[in-house]
Amino acid sequence: MDPPPEVDQQQLRRERDKAKERQKNRLSNTGLTIDQLVELYRQMLLIRRFEEKSAEAYVAGKIGGFCHLYIGQEAVGVGAISAIGKEDYVLGSYREHGLALAKGMSARSIMAELFGKATGCSKGKGGSMHMFDKNLRFLGGHAIVGGQIPLATGIAFATKYQGTDQVTLCFFGEAAVNQGAFHESLNMAQLWKIPCIYICENNQYGMGTSLERAMSLSNISEKACAYSMASEFVDGMDVLAVRNATLRAVERARKEYLPTLLEIRTYRFMGHSMSDPGNYRTRAEIEKYQERDPIKLFAASLIEEKLVDDKGLEEIDRKVREEVEDALRFADESPLPDPEELYTDVYANPIEPGPK
Amino acid sequence: MSTITIREALNQALREELARDETVFLMGEEVAEYDGAYKVTKGLLKEFGPKRVIDTPITELGFSGLGVGAAMVGLRPVVEFMTFNFSILATDQIINSAAKMLYMSGGQFNIPIVFRGPGGSAFQVSSQHSQALESWYAYFPGIKVVMPSTAADAKGLLKSSIRDDDPVVFIEQERMYGNKGEVPDDPDFTIPLGVADVKREGTDVTIVARSLMVPVALKAAEQLEQQGVSCEVVDPRTIRPLDIDTIVASVKKTNRVVVAEESHPICSVGAEIATQIMERAFDYLDAPVKRISGADVPMPYAKNLEQLAIPDVNRIVAAVREVAYLD
Repeated sequence: MDPPPEVDQQQLRRERDKAKERQKNRLSNTGLTIDQLVELYRQMLLIRRFEEKSAEAYVAGKIGGFCHLYIGQEAVGVGAISAIGKEDYVLGSYREHGLALAKGMSARSIMAELFGKATGCSKGKGGSMHMFDKNLRFLGGHAIVGGQIPLATGIAFATKYQGTDQVTLCFFGEAAVNQGAFHESLNMAQLWKIPCIYICENNQYGMGTSLERAMSLSNISEKACAYSMASEFVDGMDVLAVRNATLRAVERARKEYLPTLLEIRTYRFMGHSMSDPGNYRTRAEIEKYQERDPIKLFAASLIEEKLVDDKGLEEIDRKVREEVEDALRFADESPLPDPEELYTDVYANPIEPGPK
Repeated sequence: MSTITIREALNQALREELARDETVFLMGEEVAEYDGAYKVTKGLLKEFGPKRVIDTPITELGFSGLGVGAAMVGLRPVVEFMTFNFSILATDQIINSAAKMLYMSGGQFNIPIVFRGPGGSAFQVSSQHSQALESWYAYFPGIKVVMPSTAADAKGLLKSSIRDDDPVVFIEQERMYGNKGEVPDDPDFTIPLGVADVKREGTDVTIVARSLMVPVALKAAEQLEQQGVSCEVVDPRTIRPLDIDTIVASVKKTNRVVVAEESHPICSVGAEIATQIMERAFDYLDAPVKRISGADVPMPYAKNLEQLAIPDVNRIVAAVREVAYLD
């Protein structure tokens, strides 16, 4: 095996500076108020702190099963969901805690779900991979790779059928692009003009397999041309870049019912799941992306533009930590599901068979 | 009452439910402009337009999942599989999405969808186009499975399935589309899911049969009557939930039972029915439960081999005589 490549610190700094410059340009014409910009930062930080505590709770045995963290990818969910409204729909894969938070679900309801408690958003029946909130229009948490893509297409189909101008955001990892479900869905969406926005969170690894080892054409945004669909390649470490690209897609969807494929290049700083030691990536590679940590990058931009000061950021961090601590306490103290819940929610119309 | 074919009965059910409820729409391969590969959807595009009756590409996983998604937010899709053989491509969405959504969302998202189309054997279409998949779908909690055997049942059960708030796998039988029967004219005629029907009353032996095996069992019962054996034919009609009470009541009366099905025998619905009879009526049985199934082989093409693979009147007659200890 080759020795791991040396980290070129100068090169890293140059890349970071360029990213900052791009973000600064975006920051100057977002159309957002200072409060709205700071809210984007707060949401990203909330997800980061939430996931850090989830990891601790997992190690402590409070969370079972699989647990896929969103650390490193916060700008994707927050940026994209900031571009839609309350009435719009969001679906994700099993790496969806951050998306659920960004859609407005409470840290309490998500943490309680992770703890398998009755107060969880899915009553403790779904767990980490199946977060749902009908009122907030967060439609899951789906755990078969690519399984949510036809579902989201159907939800967007239904909103058009019902004559609304709602849009549906469908998040999935780049590994889902190799599934038939992705291609079948994109074909129907463009063919029938379905207002679904397909957001490929390209974190460059399907579990332990790198994109290059799994995909013959690894420029995912180019695949949209196979369906005559609009697409964009987006820097997923820049929350405003994600927001702007999503806004363009939303406009296309609302005005013309047209779908869009967004390839958002991001990186997960942790393993695939809590049980993944991550031996397939070099330290240098991880550091390269951590240098462009979306939260640090955005904080630096906000400070440089004097939209917030260090004290302001510290205050946000304090509040976010409190919110997560509160969620942990709530989850810990919440009751387990009643044993009778085992047999509820199997059917909406349970039928007692036999003549009436 | 009108005497119509099962094909026409299904068509009436679809037409009436499309007319009754704007949220019902129909999608599948060739359902619209072609009028349906088996003409079950004939005339519906003309009557309801392309918004409600939708031709899909050949993309079973995709359009099944699209239907499930639409059902999550208030529509009532009827998804046609040209044949259920093609549903195998869509099983991830039927099983992992439709069947489990309500449960894993803690009761928030029920899926009112019907997956329908012909299943079982057809006419010399060989292995990949002749298979009975009901035991696959009936295995999963969260799905209801319906298999009609008459025109009236086809219409009444399909209407109930479309109105039901859960995913329903509705398996028709290609060989039976032309079978005729009397159907009530009342547009509100429905048959509740989960209720078996005694297709013929008798006292000596119970034959439990569904779908294609119902007319075969009825013919066998006629022959057996000539031989002095009175058969009761029970059609469960709904496989899940299964009306085992009606089956067991019949067995307690006759004390002998044959379970006939065209599916493979291993892990079949017939195996389940036989087990439940054993559990619930063991002391009433005067002979072991006898199962008649399709051959445990992929369906062959050659006509003579195909005939050997599907249970017929003679095999059911022999089975009844066996459990009645007549030979």
